[in-house]
Amino acid sequence: MQIKSRVYNNTLYVVLCGELDEHTAYHTRHTLDEIFDKNDFRQIIIDLSELDFMDSTGIGVLIGRYKRMKDRGISIFICNPSSHAEKIFKMTGLYDIMPKIS
Amino acid sequence: MIINQMEITFKALSINEGFARACVAAFCVQSNPTLDELTDIKTAVSEAVTNSVVHAYPKKAGDITIKVELNDDNSVSIQVIDYGIGIKDFKKACEPFYTTKPEQERSGMGFTVMESFMDNITLSKNNPSGLIVTMEKKFASSSNLAVGE
Repeated sequence: MQIKSRVYNNTLYVVLCGELDEHTAYHTRHTLDEIFDKNDFRQIIIDLSELDFMDSTGIGVLIGRYKRMKDRGISIFICNPSSHAEKIFKMTGLYDIMPKIS
Repeated sequence: MIINQMEITFKALSINEGFARACVAAFCVQSNPTLDELTDIKTAVSEAVTNSVVHAYPKKAGDITIKVELNDDNSVSIQVIDYGIGIKDFKKACEPFYTTKPEQERSGMGFTVMESFMDNITLSKNNPSGLIVTMEKKFASSSNLAVGE
């Protein structure tokens, strides 16, 4: 899992590249938290266009980040999910807390 | 009727999850599934293997076996088998968002995802210990495989 990030206009853009499963969850979680802690921004957009695979472990990782950012009053948005990621997001109600944007 | 089958055994380590789902998907390719169907299978296998990696062996990682059967009605049957501590309450385990490890940011959606991506899921006890997850799926397209080919 590779994670690219940049801040532009008070928005933190994060791109997840690779596969998000139990094996990569720990690294993903800690890298995201590091990026979140180091930067100043008002909202986060997570781009999944380069995510090749995700199972329900990914939901746990995303909800965990949502909880941390909620305390800072920062919203997270999802963009470019694959049709499979989308199916899992709808099933779990993730879009209720992290809306999808185009 | 079974027209082809395979079996793999590997250690219950998270690094093997990618190997397991890629291996099962590669074997299923001969049944001519769509890309969507293959991703369904990869996701369901990943969920089942993750369950065994995370829950089956609290002390020392044991083995996970996956058996795959391709049938002449263009369906696949996949068993993910571990030899660990097993699950006491199958019904509870399958409830959406139920997890025994919420402190690890686990979603508790593993079985719900498997149920949604496959046609049929059954859980059974392995003898003498452990869990067997059996998953079935019928492919929409007609198979490339012919009996006796």
